[in-house]
Amino acid sequence: MTALTGTPVTGGTAGAPPANRNGTGRRNRWFAQVGWRHGVAVLAVLFSLFPIVFVLSAALNPLGTLSSTALVPNSGVSFGNFTELFGRTAFARWFVNSLLIAGLAALASITLSALAAYAFSRMRFRGRRVGLLSLLLIQMFPQFLAIVAIFLIFTTVTDLWPAVGFNTPWGLFLLYLGGALGVNTWLMKGFFDTLPRELDESATMDGATHAQIFFRIMLPLVAPILAVTGLLAFIGTVNEFLMANVFLTDTGSKTLAVGMYGLLQGDERNNNFGIFAAATLLTAIPTVVVFQFLQRYIVSGLTAGAVKG
Amino acid sequence: MSTSPSGPGSTQAPGREPVGSRPAKRRTARDHAPITLTGLAVKVVLLGLVAGIAIWAAFPLIEAGKWAGLALLVATTAGLFHLYLTRRHVPAKYLVPGTLFLIAFQVVPVLYTAGTAFTNFGDGHRGDKQGAIVAIQTASVKQVPGSTEYALSVATEGDPATGPLVFLVTDPAGGAVSVGDGTGLRRLDAGEVTVAPGGKVTAADGYTVLNFGQASARSQEITDLVVPTAGGALRSSGLSRAYEGKAVRAYDAGCDCVRDSETGRTWTADESTGSFVAADGERLAQGWKVGVGLRNFTRVLTDPNISGPFLGTLVWNFAFAVGSTGGTFLLGTFVALALHSPRMRGTNLYRVLLILPYAMPSFAMLLVWRDMFNSDFGLINNLFGLGVNWFGEEWSARAAVLLVQLWLGYPYMFLVATGALQAIPRELTEATSVDGASPWQSFRAVTLPLLLVALSPLLISSFAYNFNNFNAIYLTTEGGPFPADNPTNGATDLLITYTYRLAFGGQGAEFGFAAAISLFIFAIVAVVSAVSFRRTRKQEEVYA
Repeated sequence: MTALTGTPVTGGTAGAPPANRNGTGRRNRWFAQVGWRHGVAVLAVLFSLFPIVFVLSAALNPLGTLSSTALVPNSGVSFGNFTELFGRTAFARWFVNSLLIAGLAALASITLSALAAYAFSRMRFRGRRVGLLSLLLIQMFPQFLAIVAIFLIFTTVTDLWPAVGFNTPWGLFLLYLGGALGVNTWLMKGFFDTLPRELDESATMDGATHAQIFFRIMLPLVAPILAVTGLLAFIGTVNEFLMANVFLTDTGSKTLAVGMYGLLQGDERNNNFGIFAAATLLTAIPTVVVFQFLQRYIVSGLTAGAVKG
Repeated sequence: MSTSPSGPGSTQAPGREPVGSRPAKRRTARDHAPITLTGLAVKVVLLGLVAGIAIWAAFPLIEAGKWAGLALLVATTAGLFHLYLTRRHVPAKYLVPGTLFLIAFQVVPVLYTAGTAFTNFGDGHRGDKQGAIVAIQTASVKQVPGSTEYALSVATEGDPATGPLVFLVTDPAGGAVSVGDGTGLRRLDAGEVTVAPGGKVTAADGYTVLNFGQASARSQEITDLVVPTAGGALRSSGLSRAYEGKAVRAYDAGCDCVRDSETGRTWTADESTGSFVAADGERLAQGWKVGVGLRNFTRVLTDPNISGPFLGTLVWNFAFAVGSTGGTFLLGTFVALALHSPRMRGTNLYRVLLILPYAMPSFAMLLVWRDMFNSDFGLINNLFGLGVNWFGEEWSARAAVLLVQLWLGYPYMFLVATGALQAIPRELTEATSVDGASPWQSFRAVTLPLLLVALSPLLISSFAYNFNNFNAIYLTTEGGPFPADNPTNGATDLLITYTYRLAFGGQGAEFGFAAAISLFIFAIVAVVSAVSFRRTRKQEEVYA
């Protein structure tokens, strides 16, 4: 970190008298300014990558057990784990379930919290501050401890409306919507606050309704941020394990987190490691791809306070 | 939370000063605003959808006779229609959709849970006293050695769906058929009945034998039907077998106690704990739910079996949250600083590789890490030629958990710190170097404070998140290793995993106690966040 601020100065001196530097001096100087940075970066990359390489190696390991997996495949490479994954488990179903539930929940929760954030940011009404603070408070309650109550509520719901009860994606979807406001409203209100008020004021003068201002002016301006927040909400929902574990017990209705957790339970833990690793890779591919595309926006979204669930 | 985040910060945005005068102006403008065709169409479609869902939801409520639920449904639907058909209450139009879900699936369960913190709700204390008595008596009907098993048919003298039930049982010894109801057992003539080869009665004069579907629809009544016999009582076991057992224990309203007819022991009802207690302090397992006031809360502090481990867990919980947040912050910022240089080549490639852990599904990677720490054939031991039982020792387990959190979390901090560094104007650091500051001085005096201002809200929320990071523990060590004398509270347990084990663990759920601890957790996190938010001016500006 020394050279972070020193660069302009040292760059200037290094550029001016280059002739009287011998080779080792230049190398030392290069190391002090740039070389150590590469060193740090390479070490960090190694740290980041080795578990992932291990997963890759396990997924390609023809034996498919944990005990036979090394960092580098040493007993050949095969795609047997992948075929076994689709043949033996309901992985395709889990994948579709996860995409469906998480996709819809992310979309809906972003919509709900954007609506609320607009009201909190642009309107002044009675109970505004109380509302904002209670959102913050509710969020701090370890919500899953309410799972007993949720279980009892949904037992009744399952009796009355089986279509949105246990073992249905819709029930879990509704449950996730309950958390929509708490997580993202503050964050989005922050985004809306950064938009100049002159924009909607002039639109109001031109006769736009509040709905037109929201949908035509505000939403397009925060769209990239909304996309990132939505993506993070999506990832958070895919990773959600606890609620889903209580909620979904049928093999066919499970999500990735619940189904894959089951793969490593009990006696099968060692034997199933290969197909578990294969499943992990397949789960990661969509997110990794989107991440690389949205990287620039993600940084701005994160700086504003988004937390990956 | 304190009031500071939302209130006074508005002074900092000049555009917001004349708040008081604006609503009037806006309202007139809005009233003159035309109703657009698309707006109207969307409104009609959405309200139609609401009406459709409400009608769909109403039928099961009517069928089940849940009138309170129906009234709530009608009121909610009417309220929605009213709200979106008037021009007033504009803020509510935006707030209500999310709030409805929030109330139904978050506020109500949380309040319910908070309510149970003042009760003894849990295994053995689920229902009311009457239920407990029934459970005790039912459980004490014993299938004593040598008690007779009968082939059972369920029949009725009236309508199969509603008529009073009787048992038709065939004695395995003589093949004699008897009919039994709540009053007793009566022998039937062999000529009146048809008996299938297995001993099951298929028809009897004057009775309608229920088929399997009819019987399973009334299985609760069948389970509850006890036919007194000379030796005890006849009960069903499933829908086609019955046995003659003995109800050993019975409730006596006179002494408000349960008496065991075999041993003569009595258990007197204790209304303050919701259980039947014998003179020597022995309790029956079946109790009922009563309010216990603050006893769950004082128990955390006074019961030595709980308060000792609880304090240890609390300290470790703080250490874990601070350690994960601080570790990821330090490493992430350090790497971000290393990559933040105009002379650095290949930063994009480094960045793409560095953030890969962040994009991997965290639940799966936690499980992978768990197996990498496996002491017999895990990668860590193989790679470094170690034989450490990582999750078996207290401190190695803690170190392992923190290392996993570091791996999972530092790419996030790296991304955030990179963004914050790029947002710091280069002129500032250039100015310090012009003034003769060393790089370290300029980092300490300019870069770091600015970085902290930008990142402190994130650090707080990251702390709050890690304080309750259930997956990080549950999917790796599951709270272990556990001391030999206390299987409920392990070395890496966070309060949240500890509470989860209390509430849903194998050895008897204690929902009331778990709810009390979750209120503790809530208070701790709220206080810590409130204090830190107060000290973070940045937060006040952003969230004004």
